[in-house]
Amino acid sequence: MSASPFEQVVLPHLNAAYNLARWLTRDEHDAEDVVQDAFVRALRFFDGFRGDDARAWLLAIVRNTSYDYLRRHRPHEVSEPFNEELHSPTEEGQTPETLLLRRTDQVMVRRALETLPVAWREIIILREFEELSYKQIADVAGIRIGTVMSRLARARGQLQRLLATEALKEVAE
Amino acid sequence: MTCDDVRRFVDPYLDGELDLMRQVEFDDHLRQCQVCPPIYESRRALRSAIHAQQLYFTAPAHVRQHVRTAIRASAPTSSWWSRIFAPQWISVAVGAMAVVLAVVIAGPMLSRRSASNQIAQEVVSAHIRSLMANHLTDVSSSDQHTVKPWFAGKLDFSPPIVDLKDHDFPLVGGRLDYAGNRPVAALAYRRGEHVINLFAWPATSNADVAEAFDSRQGYNVLSWRHAGTSFWAVSDLNATELRQFASLVQAGL
Repeated sequence: MSASPFEQVVLPHLNAAYNLARWLTRDEHDAEDVVQDAFVRALRFFDGFRGDDARAWLLAIVRNTSYDYLRRHRPHEVSEPFNEELHSPTEEGQTPETLLLRRTDQVMVRRALETLPVAWREIIILREFEELSYKQIADVAGIRIGTVMSRLARARGQLQRLLATEALKEVAE
Repeated sequence: MTCDDVRRFVDPYLDGELDLMRQVEFDDHLRQCQVCPPIYESRRALRSAIHAQQLYFTAPAHVRQHVRTAIRASAPTSSWWSRIFAPQWISVAVGAMAVVLAVVIAGPMLSRRSASNQIAQEVVSAHIRSLMANHLTDVSSSDQHTVKPWFAGKLDFSPPIVDLKDHDFPLVGGRLDYAGNRPVAALAYRRGEHVINLFAWPATSNADVAEAFDSRQGYNVLSWRHAGTSFWAVSDLNATELRQFASLVQAGL
């Protein structure tokens, strides 16, 4: 069977879809279920797809499918509406050591990313791994560009603190 | 730019989302300030820490296979067609044809109106976003000869830009935006404290269309087609002055 237009346009973004689902669900098998489900949904909506950014379009579907999955299986992880203030550290403005950040390893970074609330984690994944613009992230996550900016700032601040603390422990040992 | 601004803009700066003017101010501030460089440095170190690791999950081969199988299982099959052309459906089909004909005749009129409705909503949203996210311009200049070349290579057309400084509508700059399912040129003009976003893209037809006025969410919207280009002007400026702006743009081309 030859590849359909859907397969030609959407399937090339499978890795991006899997990576996002894997980071949002933090589980290999859940990610697999989410990705399959998301592609079936995408196929159903494909007639309505008129844009030229198939990756962002697909990622929005993967993101929503992941959230549906989490809501069903781990509702405590997706508290909506997301309360920024609740997760924001009190000691705003403190600058963690750049040197400490240079001593981090893969396990530390992965653990720190997985510790972030999902609403922040998705922004980091979309920005750092998919290199989406703020506008694209806003479209994928269904939020305003201003919110993308403030969430990125908070998520990065939190990551810096987590990583600096971890690296400091390592140094002390 | 103040130290507070640097804290606020460090992320958009790092992500290349700051307009040119702020970028320059940001650079200047970093060179002169004793306090801010570590803030920027630690953000850069964080980014390197993330990128230094192999943290991207590539889809395993079996996932690729399962997805492909799932897609093909959900796709419509050819037997669907043979069922349609079965004899008992033919009389139904004749009736359906009549409906289709009615839709074909009336449809374009309706869909044209709803398409223009949707674009109106999109340009108003784009206008609001441009003010809210501090992202009015990608290229900040009151000189049309700076703004116009900036679009080259970013769009598949060259947007018409008129200088209206002498009419008290100074050009502020331009940026890329997205409306009507395509990348468009957005030109920012000012009248006093009011910002006017003028969106432009190649029209599907060459025939000129007179201005149509609309008002949404407190913003005035004027759309027209001129010289093969679709124009949408959005502003909180009053309707009279916005019309004046529109006629000046048309006269200037």
